[in-house]
Amino acid sequence: MSLLHLVVLAPFILALLVPFLYKYIRQVHTGWFVMILPLTLFIYLIQFLPNISRGETIFYQQPWVPSLGINFDIYLDGLSLLFGLLITGIGTLVVLYSIYYLYNKQKEALNNFYVYLLMFMGAMLGVVLSDNLMTLYIFWELTSLASSLLIAYWFHKERSRYGAQKSMLITVAGGLTMLAGFSLLFVMTNTFSIREIIAQADVIITNPLFIPAMLCVLAGAFTKSAQFPFHIWLPDAMEAPTPVSAYLHSATMVKAGIYLVARLTPVFGAAPQWFWIVSGFGIFTLLWGSVSAIRQKDLKAILAFSTISQLGLIMALLGLGSAAFHYDVAVVGTLYYTATLAAVFHLINHATFKGSLFMIVGIVDHETGTRDIRKLGGLMTIMPITFTVALIGTLSMAGVPPFNGFLSKEMFFTAAVNATTLDIFNMQTFGLIFPIFAWIASIFTFGYCMLMFVRTFLGNFKPEKLEKEVHEAPIGLLIPPIVLASLVVIFGLFPNLLAYSIIEPTMASILPGVLAEGERFYVNIYHWHGFNIELFMTMGVVVFGALIFLNLKKWSETAFFLKERDPLNWVYDNSLVWLVSGSLKVTNMQMTGLLRDYFVFMSVFIVGLMGYTMVKYNTFAIDLINVADIPPYIFIIIFVLIATTVALPFISHRVTAIVATGILGFIVALLFVVFRAPDLALTQLLVETVMVVLFLLAFYHLPELRKEKFTPRFRFTNLVVSIGVGLVVTLTALSVHAMSYSHPIQSISDYYVQNAYELAAGKNIVNVILVDFRGVDTMLEIVVLGIAALAIVVLIRLRMTGSEDV
Amino acid sequence: MRKNLLMLHTVTRIVVFIILAFSVFLFFAGHNNPGGGFIGGLMTAAALLLLYVAFDVKTIKQVIPFNYTTMIAVGLLIAIGTGVASMLNGDPFLTQYDRYVTVPVLGELHLTTALPFDLGVYLVVVGVALLSILSIAEDDA
Repeated sequence: MSLLHLVVLAPFILALLVPFLYKYIRQVHTGWFVMILPLTLFIYLIQFLPNISRGETIFYQQPWVPSLGINFDIYLDGLSLLFGLLITGIGTLVVLYSIYYLYNKQKEALNNFYVYLLMFMGAMLGVVLSDNLMTLYIFWELTSLASSLLIAYWFHKERSRYGAQKSMLITVAGGLTMLAGFSLLFVMTNTFSIREIIAQADVIITNPLFIPAMLCVLAGAFTKSAQFPFHIWLPDAMEAPTPVSAYLHSATMVKAGIYLVARLTPVFGAAPQWFWIVSGFGIFTLLWGSVSAIRQKDLKAILAFSTISQLGLIMALLGLGSAAFHYDVAVVGTLYYTATLAAVFHLINHATFKGSLFMIVGIVDHETGTRDIRKLGGLMTIMPITFTVALIGTLSMAGVPPFNGFLSKEMFFTAAVNATTLDIFNMQTFGLIFPIFAWIASIFTFGYCMLMFVRTFLGNFKPEKLEKEVHEAPIGLLIPPIVLASLVVIFGLFPNLLAYSIIEPTMASILPGVLAEGERFYVNIYHWHGFNIELFMTMGVVVFGALIFLNLKKWSETAFFLKERDPLNWVYDNSLVWLVSGSLKVTNMQMTGLLRDYFVFMSVFIVGLMGYTMVKYNTFAIDLINVADIPPYIFIIIFVLIATTVALPFISHRVTAIVATGILGFIVALLFVVFRAPDLALTQLLVETVMVVLFLLAFYHLPELRKEKFTPRFRFTNLVVSIGVGLVVTLTALSVHAMSYSHPIQSISDYYVQNAYELAAGKNIVNVILVDFRGVDTMLEIVVLGIAALAIVVLIRLRMTGSEDV
Repeated sequence: MRKNLLMLHTVTRIVVFIILAFSVFLFFAGHNNPGGGFIGGLMTAAALLLLYVAFDVKTIKQVIPFNYTTMIAVGLLIAIGTGVASMLNGDPFLTQYDRYVTVPVLGELHLTTALPFDLGVYLVVVGVALLSILSIAEDDA
């Protein structure tokens, strides 16, 4: 155990204490106690920056289930540290924000809220710091669980429960698929350690399980990071309290998938499938999200789709960045790792501006009582600070200089344009979709950014539509977005502040082996690139984006804009309904509640299984060798037996049927006599007599609802099934007879015959076997008899009335 | 008002003893000839059933005041006790012993521990048969 292990475990430990703090220290808002922790962790993690930027990595082992190769190993490199800082840093701000957001200590269930939030924080730190795939998976599912709990925080609202269930179903389905992928990786490499798997990357790529493993892992990453078509849970997750949306659904959890893709790029990145799937899904998600965002009327819904589209952007960049594995950096320069650089940089930028925007939306909601852009407007003069922060955030998101969004957008365009020049994987033919999709998506991004901002803060103030007296938010609510917005500005003005300390080591973890020993990634981010194609693209974005916004009124009546919900929700909702109704149908079909149906199922299954085995393994044989002579009287007995059996189903009187059964029993006793089994014959006679008496007794008590006489109904299915069972059993018996002579097995009966008198001092071998050689069987059989008798007594004497229950 | 069943009653009185004697014979014959606890028990049950059929249940219950539930329990205890006894003797569960003993009046006897085991079986079978049939017969609901 090291302090870094404690970093992961501390939130869980504090979560245990939160209910006590909430219950016994009522006068202080519980959030204040919680806030200390992420702040401490953030400061602690910052200390690693110098080491990490020197290219060092830190690794601590802690065996957990060593026999299965599952260890709680902590691995800290650039990528983990970046995510760790994001989680703890934004975590601190979000907790501070939530203290003022959920200000009513009495009405809000703060103990629940902070327990869930801490659980999520710990799980997320576990995901990014784990070196072991299984530990990573466990923390991964914990984030899904915590996220669902947080979405349904106001569980009395129907929409919250719907959103929580949806996100749970989608992310857990992806998570389980990912588990399958991890297992496949284990099958290929015999280790769960990510570093050891990366070391074997060149072996894995030739393995036939490579593609299935890759697809399974990507399913997990795509569901978590809300990539198309799994993005539909994210807009519905906006029912959560705004601090949760800001934290989970913009800055951290949705980036878990990004983290996984980045982390496993060294394993899978060299494959063309990886390149195409990751970048293809990413670029399509980018377009889909930005186009969907523009038709939303709810501020949080706009931000949700905006998050989807930005995540698609990062994903696409990570996909494009994997092309670097195919080129020698020394020859082609920075061209091919620009995409990875852009991905990492935009990851940071997105966390800052999207976090601040969510908080701003929360403030607007908090102070005006609505998030509907049709009711809002003219808040600029009433809420000047909020307005300023929102302006910075939106401009950064839209990609306008001098904010950090502009820089990452420029680099994104560079990477997309570079992609067209690649000469691998058919990029010459299809590569053009990257810059085109990117450009269109950016135009829509600009459009929805303007929409959001202008409709909220500019125009006329409409107090008649609002329920509250509107004024500026308290300072506590404003500090976190101000901090984030200042980061936006600082990163925008001094981008190289981050370059060496964190971006570069992160790139080194995503693209190991691309650089030669001792070389460093050359990261230099600056605003002015000269008049190149990226600049013209940005100009186009601004012009066309503004055009779209200005004409939005004209277009807003078209069907495209009126349909707010994502069309894929229809698929999700209906498949859920179909799943339920379909399984109900199947269940109703087979679980009829009729014993005769179940009996038919069982019989058919037995016949099928036995018949299949006979045919498949060729075990059917008839061999008349060693058959005894049949004396003539046997024929008579057998004839009577068969005649009675055949007659039984046609007997329409109950008592007659019982008597016929009795006759059958006596014939069997007679057979025992003929085959020299006196004990059996005696027992059979007596038991049959008692049975007939019992049957008659039972019939005496039968209700007279139906007539005593009835005609047995004829069913063709039953006939076929009965014939089948009889046939199979007969064939089995014949085959067993034939086989037992071709594969002779020594019978144990000789031993009994020889030793009955010597060892057990009895001449009746049957009885000696029953009481001596195999006395335990007999003992347990009389126990069975005793239980049966007591059961009869209980059934009859302790009859319960309707109101009683067992 | 019951009919006069004098013939039946008289015959039953004689026949029951013959059947009971035969059942006891079957029980003791078990080790060397066909028979044993199971058949003997069923035969005894049949004799007692005949009594119940010929006379009525109340009368016979006064004459034979057995509690058949207890009889099942006692039978099971005897059977299991045989097994436990062999364990106390240091042998595996249900090891059976036999010995030839000379008794003054009866002469040489062959005694085996299989006999008490069979007695357990006998008691259980009698108890089970009568308990279940009487329970059903007495049920008037």
